[in-house]
Amino acid sequence: MLEISDLFVSYGAITALGGISLKVPKGSIVTLIGGNGAGKTTTLRTVSGLLRPKSGKVTFMGEDITRLPAHAVVARGLGHVPEGRMIFSNLTVDENLAMGAYLKTSKAAVAASRDYVFGIFPRLKERLHQTAGTLSGGEQQMLAISRALMGEPRFIMLDEPSLGIAPRLISTIFERIIEINRDRGIAILLVEQNAHLALEVSNYAYVLETGHITMQGPSESLMNDPQLKAAYLGG
Amino acid sequence: MSEFLQQLINGLSLGAIYALIALGYTMVYGVLRFINFAHSDVFMVGAFIGYYVGRALPLGTVWGGLVSMAAAMAGCAVLGIVIERLVYRPLRGGPTLNVLITAIGMSLFLEYSGQLVFGATPRAFPQIFPSKVMEFHGLIISMNQVIVIVVASVLLLGLEFTVFRTKIGTAMRAVALNPGAAQLVGINIDVVISFTFGLGSALAGAGGVLYALNYPSIDPLMGVVPGLKAFVAAVLGGVGNIPGAALGAMILGMVETFVDGSRWSTYKDAIAFTILIGILLFRPAGLLGRMTSEKV
Ligand SMILES: Nc1ncnc2c1ncn2[C@@H]1O[C@H](COP(=O)(O)OP(=O)(O)OP(=O)(O)O)[C@@H](O)[C@H]1O
Ligand SMILES: [Mg+2]
Repeated sequence: MLEISDLFVSYGAITALGGISLKVPKGSIVTLIGGNGAGKTTTLRTVSGLLRPKSGKVTFMGEDITRLPAHAVVARGLGHVPEGRMIFSNLTVDENLAMGAYLKTSKAAVAASRDYVFGIFPRLKERLHQTAGTLSGGEQQMLAISRALMGEPRFIMLDEPSLGIAPRLISTIFERIIEINRDRGIAILLVEQNAHLALEVSNYAYVLETGHITMQGPSESLMNDPQLKAAYLGG
Repeated sequence: MSEFLQQLINGLSLGAIYALIALGYTMVYGVLRFINFAHSDVFMVGAFIGYYVGRALPLGTVWGGLVSMAAAMAGCAVLGIVIERLVYRPLRGGPTLNVLITAIGMSLFLEYSGQLVFGATPRAFPQIFPSKVMEFHGLIISMNQVIVIVVASVLLLGLEFTVFRTKIGTAMRAVALNPGAAQLVGINIDVVISFTFGLGSALAGAGGVLYALNYPSIDPLMGVVPGLKAFVAAVLGGVGNIPGAALGAMILGMVETFVDGSRWSTYKDAIAFTILIGILLFRPAGLLGRMTSEKV
């Protein structure tokens, strides 16, 4: 589905990614874990075309998308739920969802997507005409995920969906992420600092440290890795 | 009382013209965070398009007037889109100061090109709409004022509809709020920015014709003063805020008209700038703007 090979990205003189490679197979949940400033967000922003890499390649469903502008990447079926949610705060929940379906021309398909997101996040339906900025953090995350779903993606990248959210809502959101993957067959690349949670829901994991992949493997085996335990799972 | 009503109508029509210009400033600021100083000169070009097209058509007819106005709007929309595409877009992503200085350069370019093409001598603007002066209960209303108020109201409502009720308008607001997130839902921000320039410039073009109708002489520097006042109106309402720009323009038009009719009329033009300094000192975010500090 998605393949990143030898990706280099820098911000001026600062190298954020020093040549990383990773794969997300069809239908799977892959996680990318790592501490502050490891380069997780940079990876996602480069994949979706918001940042230009110095070198390396991003392939999505067999097509080289490395130099495509973000809106064209989205048009190919890639959804990106950005760090900090970035919902359109002055717009209503309804308008945010409509913007999520910006590229969709079939009214029936848009209506079906709306029904689907209301099914998984019924709360959004209750808040439909509320200004999105007035939602709670967890609700905003639900909206951000739903907005991405409105574009009928085949693959979604989620950037720290647990950040700044009440623990009670975190589990709901992660259950929904699994559900989206299972029911719709949408492949997922999950970026997390919360390694416990990420390893629990994913099939395969990569560990990113200061711009380099330092460890990778099936999530179950990484969960028991002593090195990883010491660094990310609190012993 | 009728004196007051008279001034109210005068103020309303002046404010409506300022609003048409101010909206272009505020919409462009909304999506690109810079002041397009060349906007006031697009307004001037609108007046000249209205002048040439108007003279080619039968004068004093409603359809002739409307066609001249439509031509000015279309011509200005194209001009605005071309300026953004050729001049501002290559600078996007760079320091804002570069774009600001370029905008001032673009403004001077249009003013001096205007002098070259149209000549520097002021010209009388033709009466493109039927002229008629109506009087009731001592209130004198010219047909031109009615046209200004009606046309401006229709355009402002049309803009309101476009921005708040259509997909492209919602996309415009989305881009203004968060360009990165807007791209992530598939919005091509280049298209939205072109649209914004086209829309703002079309309104300025209509404003140019309406202004020329009421202050019936035009010249290549005619945009400077109304442009500055519309800019003040945009800042007064909260730059980037669309209803704010319309409100600011109405307030400015009214205040200016009432000062003009008083014994302080000499200071009419100073009022705008006094207001500007006042807002910058006491309410920098404008009347409807939200107080937020610039995020770095
Ligand atoms: N706009 C920028 N300009 C300069 N440096 C940046 C910029 N954005 C990120 N960086 C740097 O690039 C590196 C990687 O940042 P990135 O945001 O990708 O990390 P992250 O893994 O997402 O961290 P976090 O978990 O804190 O979100 C960091 O050293 C960061 O300081
Ligand atoms: Mg990050």
